Amino acid sequence: MSQIELRAAPHQHSGSNVPTIMRNVVYSMLPICAFSVWQYGLSAALLILVVTISCLAAERINSTISGTADTLSDWSAVITGVLLALTLPPSFPLWMGVVAGFTAIWLGKSLFGGLGQNPFNPALIGRAFVQAAFPTAISTWVPAFTPNRFVECIPTTLTAPFMSPPDIVHWIKLQGMDAFTGATPMARWKFENVSASTMDFLTGQVTASAGETSAILILVCGLYLAFKKYLDWRIPVSVMGSAMLVAAAFHLVQPDRYPAPTFVLLSGGLMLGAWFMATDMATSPITPRGVWLYGALIGIVTVMIRYFGGLTEGVMYAILIANAAAPLLDQFNQPRILGETRGKS
Amino acid sequence: MSAPSNFDEFLDGIWKQNPIFVMVLGMCPTLAVTVSAVNAISMGLATTFVLGASCLLVSLLRHSIPKQVRIASYIVIIATFVTVVDYAIQAISLDLYEALGAYIKLIVANCILLGRAEAHAAKNPPMPAMLNAIGMGFGFTLGLFAIGCVREILGAGKLFDISLFGPHFQPWVVMVLPPGGFFVLAGWLIVFAAFDHYKTKRTLGVQA
Repeated sequence: MSQIELRAAPHQHSGSNVPTIMRNVVYSMLPICAFSVWQYGLSAALLILVVTISCLAAERINSTISGTADTLSDWSAVITGVLLALTLPPSFPLWMGVVAGFTAIWLGKSLFGGLGQNPFNPALIGRAFVQAAFPTAISTWVPAFTPNRFVECIPTTLTAPFMSPPDIVHWIKLQGMDAFTGATPMARWKFENVSASTMDFLTGQVTASAGETSAILILVCGLYLAFKKYLDWRIPVSVMGSAMLVAAAFHLVQPDRYPAPTFVLLSGGLMLGAWFMATDMATSPITPRGVWLYGALIGIVTVMIRYFGGLTEGVMYAILIANAAAPLLDQFNQPRILGETRGKS
Repeated sequence: MSAPSNFDEFLDGIWKQNPIFVMVLGMCPTLAVTVSAVNAISMGLATTFVLGASCLLVSLLRHSIPKQVRIASYIVIIATFVTVVDYAIQAISLDLYEALGAYIKLIVANCILLGRAEAHAAKNPPMPAMLNAIGMGFGFTLGLFAIGCVREILGAGKLFDISLFGPHFQPWVVMVLPPGGFFVLAGWLIVFAAFDHYKTKRTLGVQA
């Protein structure tokens, strides 16, 4: 992606195709999944598995109904499923995960004509839908590293379909973690003005969605993809850069009210969003200048939602908004054609 | 081509020219009041009454209304019947009246009504005009009911206020919010489009 500089012919094919790229993205997400399972145990494993399978099922049903070629083998549904699962809280009931998976594929991708035609990131469409449908379940957080995490599920995981998840306050107490607040660092900052330490964020010692905890791991996996040129390095750089710049400006003016830029960068889904969601090839602009603007838009909108919006987390909506702006950014940032005079459209 | 029979006029609105699923008219009440099946049906029946009555009157007066002021005249006729329905619902059930809110009064602005008056009632004798209008009204009611059912079942776990899944049902909050209306409407449109697609394919297949 990053190498598409829109140069004149002749071009040479790099040899990579859609399934290769998609498969590599899946490989790069495996360490994040593994870390998530190590942290949250059986529940996280089941959630990732079930959401991915439901995405694949939705894709298969869709290609059967519409009579088009089978699109399971391009691995894109696997990416959608794994990414979606990583953005959900580990205690998320499995049946809601299935709803999210089907919504992601059908509403986010199939309706628009399949892979490459979707204007929005399918995984985020799925998450936005379940966030609107089940606001309580998606903001229920559980402590990581509970002692029995590999032998028993979090009670909410196995909720019967269409039923509301049981109250888990009692279960959390049983885990011997009295100090657990049940809020993400961002919610704690927003409502209690408590900031978590940078080290905790880097190593995943915070409460968050299944795959959002360890900033270092996401960074390494993302760098692998950037190094293999499967994602445009400009996008994460400009997302993180603009978010940090805006946050630093606020922090300089009112240090006691706004958190340090590192907090903004490392908390919530910003890392995962910047490296894995915003870089979706179908939904990001093509030209380098468009990509810079696109990333900056995500970073700025994220910080604005976090600081001034009613929600604690803004990455999802920021990326969806930027997705909507991507075609426009492309249109305004076409490279100048050789021989054309400057300033002429 | 022979003139369509009265019965065909009636069926037109229910299936072939269903105002919601085929013509996609009257979206404002469709999205706003379909939170529950009861609301949907009462809204549909109120609209049906206004449609039938005003189309009958428009058709009766079609030779005496001057062309230049016909739209204004239709609106006056429609508004009269909307006022009647407005007071009637208020008298029958105040709860329902509050649930439907401004949308009863807004029936006057529903494009199905003016559309029927202008496109059908003004050009046809009273009997087919009224039957066609009532058929449209029932088609509209059917459409609202189809959307209202899904939204009530998923959004509250109930149908006609009867609990279907017991006390532990997890409501889909989004279904009772405005986006739910769009999602369910789109879902039904896809179902009908798919049905239409297969029917066309089968008919073509028989001919070939």
